Amino acid sequence: MNAPGFLLVVTVAVLYSSGFYLLLQRSLMRVVFGILILGHAANLSLMLTDTAITLPPLLTGQDGQISDPLPQAMALTAIVITFGVTTFLLALAYRVWLGDDNDEVPADLEDRRIGRLTEPEDSS
Amino acid sequence: MLLPLVLALHAAVAVLLPPLVRLLGARAFLVAALPPAVSAVWVLVQSPSIVSGAPAVSSVAWVPALGITFDFRVDALSLAMVLLVSGVGAAIFCYSAGYFHAGERGLGRLAAVLVLFSGAMLGVVTTDNLFALYVFWELTSVTSFLLVGHDDRKEHARRAATQALVTTAGFGLLMLIGFVLLGAIGGTYRISELVADPPVDSPWLPLALVLVLAGAFAKSAQAPLHFWLPGAMVAPTPVSAYLHAAAMVKGGVYLVARLAPGFADVDPWRALVLGFGVATMIVGGWRALRQDDLKLLLAYGTVSQLGFLIVLGGAGTHVAAIALIGVLLGHGFFKSTLFLTVGVIDHQTGTRSISGLSGIGRRMPVLAVAATLAAASMAGLPPLLGFVGKEAGLEAFVPGHAGDLPPAVALAVLAGLVVGSVLTFAYSARFVWGAFADKATVSERRFKRPSPAFTAAPVALGALSLALGLLPFAVDPVAQSYAAPFPAEKPYHLALWHGFTPALGLTVLVVAAGAAMFLRRRSVARLQNAMPRWPDAEVGYHLFVHAVYGTALSVTRRTQSGSLPVYLGIILATLLALPGVRLAAALVSGETPLPGGADFRFWDSPLEAVVAVIVVVTAVGTVREHRRFAALILISALGFGIAGLFVLHGAPDLALTLVLVETLTTIILVFVLRRLPATFSVRPNGWAKRMTVLLCSAAGTFIAVSLWLMTAARTEEPISTGFTDLAEETGGRNLVNIILADFRALDTFGEIVVLATAAVAVASLVLLNRRDRVVDEPTEEDAEEEAEAEAEGAAAAAPGAGPAPAGGAPADGAAPTDTRGGERP
Repeated sequence: MNAPGFLLVVTVAVLYSSGFYLLLQRSLMRVVFGILILGHAANLSLMLTDTAITLPPLLTGQDGQISDPLPQAMALTAIVITFGVTTFLLALAYRVWLGDDNDEVPADLEDRRIGRLTEPEDSS
Repeated sequence: MLLPLVLALHAAVAVLLPPLVRLLGARAFLVAALPPAVSAVWVLVQSPSIVSGAPAVSSVAWVPALGITFDFRVDALSLAMVLLVSGVGAAIFCYSAGYFHAGERGLGRLAAVLVLFSGAMLGVVTTDNLFALYVFWELTSVTSFLLVGHDDRKEHARRAATQALVTTAGFGLLMLIGFVLLGAIGGTYRISELVADPPVDSPWLPLALVLVLAGAFAKSAQAPLHFWLPGAMVAPTPVSAYLHAAAMVKGGVYLVARLAPGFADVDPWRALVLGFGVATMIVGGWRALRQDDLKLLLAYGTVSQLGFLIVLGGAGTHVAAIALIGVLLGHGFFKSTLFLTVGVIDHQTGTRSISGLSGIGRRMPVLAVAATLAAASMAGLPPLLGFVGKEAGLEAFVPGHAGDLPPAVALAVLAGLVVGSVLTFAYSARFVWGAFADKATVSERRFKRPSPAFTAAPVALGALSLALGLLPFAVDPVAQSYAAPFPAEKPYHLALWHGFTPALGLTVLVVAAGAAMFLRRRSVARLQNAMPRWPDAEVGYHLFVHAVYGTALSVTRRTQSGSLPVYLGIILATLLALPGVRLAAALVSGETPLPGGADFRFWDSPLEAVVAVIVVVTAVGTVREHRRFAALILISALGFGIAGLFVLHGAPDLALTLVLVETLTTIILVFVLRRLPATFSVRPNGWAKRMTVLLCSAAGTFIAVSLWLMTAARTEEPISTGFTDLAEETGGRNLVNIILADFRALDTFGEIVVLATAAVAVASLVLLNRRDRVVDEPTEEDAEEEAEAEAEGAAAAAPGAGPAPAGGAPADGAAPTDTRGGERP
């Protein structure tokens, strides 16, 4: 079996890296962008499993090797689900902005409070 | 056999008790006495055949397919324990009916848990399987926790309960490890088989025994782990009498005595058992002498007696085994009598402090006689069961009579037992004097006489000490049956009179010295006060608990920063640290070569390079862009670029869908971004940012390289190879469509449901957009807390700046309030 093309692998690496970086940002909108890019990266990864460039998986009767339809079907599903998730996240980000006047993810107050404890609270 | 049914009866009655207590009040305890009474009667009926050497056996298949069964086996030792657990238990339940008031808080729970405990303890002493023993054992720990912490509004009750649980269950875990070792080297988890055929050749056996003994010692409050037992005295008196005198604390003694026939000769066993036992007997007796609280006096007395029992149970000689049964039963009867007596005194007079009681003996003569008998039994005076047991116990270590024990060891243990017995005599006398005597310096209290029904249980149990002392041949068969596996040089029987033996001489010595200690109690007290306080394992417990909390806090402080990016970063770092490092190692060592040579292709078509460049440039651009609309345009371009790649790879359906989806996403993004600020907040370029870039690039590269290797390593044909023929049947021509609409139609349906759900959620989030409703949600308090947290954060960032003044709360905290005020006319 053939390995996928090197260029495609590099593209996937760049996409994952960019997606991760955006995911690590405090701005919710950039996090949404990160998830969008990660979605693209995942779909492209599915494409890696089908190595050679070939004809579309259509049964037209003409000869020639057609590409593997299964990853395509999976990617198709993934694209649609990513769309649903993105829209939902966008609505959430919008909502956060309505409440806070910014779309930053704040640090968890409860965690910060635990971090400030110096003495254990009563155990019982 | 009935035993599993009796255990089930305990559980059933426990479930019924809370409503019964609501209905009948404290009288419901009479119902609670039913299961232990049934169990005691059952075991008495069985006793003739049990002592004749035929244990009552039963087994219930639990997981028959795996050969896991609940095995029960009642031999002479179990018989004695069941008499204590169930017989004394039934008496204590009857007593509880008079002790508790109907209005007592949580009485239903107390009754139910007490019956559960009774059942669990019955399980401990009758099961023949190590794991079942462990489960029942920990059930008693848990129920003990609930019972000690009965008055959960008192802090010291909760503390004592936690301390008892952590100590016994913590060491119980060591015991479990010991059990697993024991079972693994012995090839069976049946206790009777292990004892009959101990795996003495295994090098692991000493370790296993040390672990098991650790659990047993913690449960039976051996020094230095004895501290939890006096602490547990905050429990109601019937609970103390039952758990912490008669039943639960004997669990460790039982386990030691159960294993002794097989393992007493294995090396560290005797040293541990005799050393810790004698030390505990002396430490407990010494501490008991200085207590003013009668209940604490008894608690330390129990610690002392448990040390004695461990010595007898673990010694592994014929006479010691006989003595064990005598002392075990004797202690169960006299100690519960004494506890119940203290309960009566406390209940009627409102105090149990020696310095606050006077003239009780004149006002409660019957109780005084019963308690004096019990105390005399504890002190080892004839003609009581305690005397019979103690005589046998001393006899067991008289050099020359001590079986295979080296004479020096026997002598040392004997000396320890005599010292312990002297202390026991002294604190027994002190108990009787403290509880009942007329004291010139103490004014008498006014109190109601207890009802006869209330005093019935201690009187009956005290009478039993006398009766069994007068009729030692009633107990002797049980003792003989238990001691049968140990080699006997000459027969020994539990009896009041053995002739003029060394043991009798020692008893006279004990009585004389003990009486002297009691009469010179002032000097003894002075001596005790002059002694430095011994280092106590309780300090170790507190240090341990504090260290656990401290570690938890510092771990939480380090890992729980509250920042989402940090958490995600840790996940990525872990991804790199574990599989990432492994992959790098495999690549460097050449174990997994990268695709090369004929396998290596740079691209599938030159056109791909153009599209790939577009994708890469737009992706990097999106990351670097701080203006929202510019980022939006870049990410849309990226999406269309991906669609281009799909086209090149023979996936027109994907490309079509992606173009459609990208268009829709872009439109929605525009709608949302229209409302948001024009730029993202910018973080300064620092090492943190560079680290993030490095981390993300490494993670992305790792994933891409793994995918590259994995797809190159593929050996099987795609499963879709056969789809072409199947597609003919569906009548379709587009394989992707056929998969989605025919082969995986249900998945596609699920996908539609997801989309519909997302649409509903989005609609509800966006349409509910009245600003004032949103602003109302965070309460005033939250805003303040947030402001405070920010102030703290600022203070932490600039050390030495001091806390921000309360009035200078950051403006963000105050802003929403102002807006709301303005918008609500």
